[in-house]
Amino acid sequence: MANTKELKKVLFGPILDNNPIALQVLGICSALAITTKLETALVMGLALTSVTAFSNLFISIIRNAIPSSVRIIVQMTIIASLVIVVDQILKAYSYEISKQLSVFVGLIITNCIVMGRAEAYAMKNPPLMSFMDGIGNGLGYAFILMVVGTIKELFGFGTILGFEVFTVIQNGGWYQPNGLLILPFSSFFLIGGMIWAIRTFKKDQVEAKE
Amino acid sequence: MSANKETLGKTLGVVLAVCLVCSVIVSGAAVGLRSLQQHNAMLDKQTNILEAADLLDKANGDIAGTFKKFVEIRYVDLSTGEYVEKPSTNFDMYKAAKKPDMSTALDGSPAGFKRVANVASVYLVKDEAGNTTRVVLPIHGSGLWDLMYAFLAVDVDGATARNLVYYQQKETPGLGGEVQNPAWKAKWDGKKLFKDGKVAIKVVKNASSNDPYTVDALSGATLTSNGVQHQLDFWLGEQGFGPYLKNLKRG
Repeated sequence: MANTKELKKVLFGPILDNNPIALQVLGICSALAITTKLETALVMGLALTSVTAFSNLFISIIRNAIPSSVRIIVQMTIIASLVIVVDQILKAYSYEISKQLSVFVGLIITNCIVMGRAEAYAMKNPPLMSFMDGIGNGLGYAFILMVVGTIKELFGFGTILGFEVFTVIQNGGWYQPNGLLILPFSSFFLIGGMIWAIRTFKKDQVEAKE
Repeated sequence: MSANKETLGKTLGVVLAVCLVCSVIVSGAAVGLRSLQQHNAMLDKQTNILEAADLLDKANGDIAGTFKKFVEIRYVDLSTGEYVEKPSTNFDMYKAAKKPDMSTALDGSPAGFKRVANVASVYLVKDEAGNTTRVVLPIHGSGLWDLMYAFLAVDVDGATARNLVYYQQKETPGLGGEVQNPAWKAKWDGKKLFKDGKVAIKVVKNASSNDPYTVDALSGATLTSNGVQHQLDFWLGEQGFGPYLKNLKRG
């Protein structure tokens, strides 16, 4: 059962060893879209972490009652409800950010990480461990988002969390912002680079040649 | 996942129970947080109006109080340019633009929309003594990707721009999104909107900051700049706030 070692593995494993984005290459589309600024990346990471954690928890609690013929639909219902609740909370307490995230909070519903963890882990494991697994995977996602968001915001706007680091030319400074990095698809390069870097240090993640 | 739980009745029961619980949670959250959300949306709008009015520093965090003290909401019939009564208790000019009995269809879509409300809201900005110092006009129109919404602050002479604050836009960050850059916004201060009774303000490349009729376009964002131009052309024109601004000038 939930001994400390297992708990640690479930909680911190997904950050580097088994990262949902870097190893499993899931949840890429939202990682591309909302990492232009670090702040939105942070909130998105938090939102996804809480949704994954609680959807894992609730699905795990009722996992023995869910008929397998409709299990995906039941999972989706729970996930969708949680996402709506998160969206409502963001609108109520963090209006500015919810305006920036706009449609992407809603799209957490279709994020493969949430579904993937529900199907792969929560359906087979007890609630506490599932909850931790959700947090772990959410953190893994948030970790990648924050790295990408930091790089994109720093080199694309010259700021970090809105604070000026490099003064850009438009504001009379010296730094010419990198226009590529403010466009969503530049995350492809950054995430690709990160996958390469992680796999260089963790050789076991490299897939066997076909 | 044993086969014994696969009876139709049980499947239906589980699905119904899950749906019921979820719907209670979702509607609970929606209803419970609605007043906070509406408050936020209102505060957000007021913040942007105060920004256009250059009153944000003065507000010092007390948005609602400052708004109440210095801003008066009035309603203007766009065709005559006269003040009218508030058309309905929950009047919203963007919602009204979708109702056939409260809006007019436009010939073509000059600024990217097809209907405009007959009555628009304007915000009169007062000084300490209660005299109107400028008016804030809501304008909108399409940019590169989607409709952009802004508040245009104009002096009481009805012809001098003070501020153009975009508060809702989906332009490319760093390019068209620079409409929200304070350095660009500052360029509007003091620009003249009309010459010989016609809309004269132009958004052009390499505009001189000394020319009162031109504002420098955003580099790398020609279509956004064109959008801004079309919005101004429409909203300052005869179908927009043109008649109202003329009345304002006359006093």
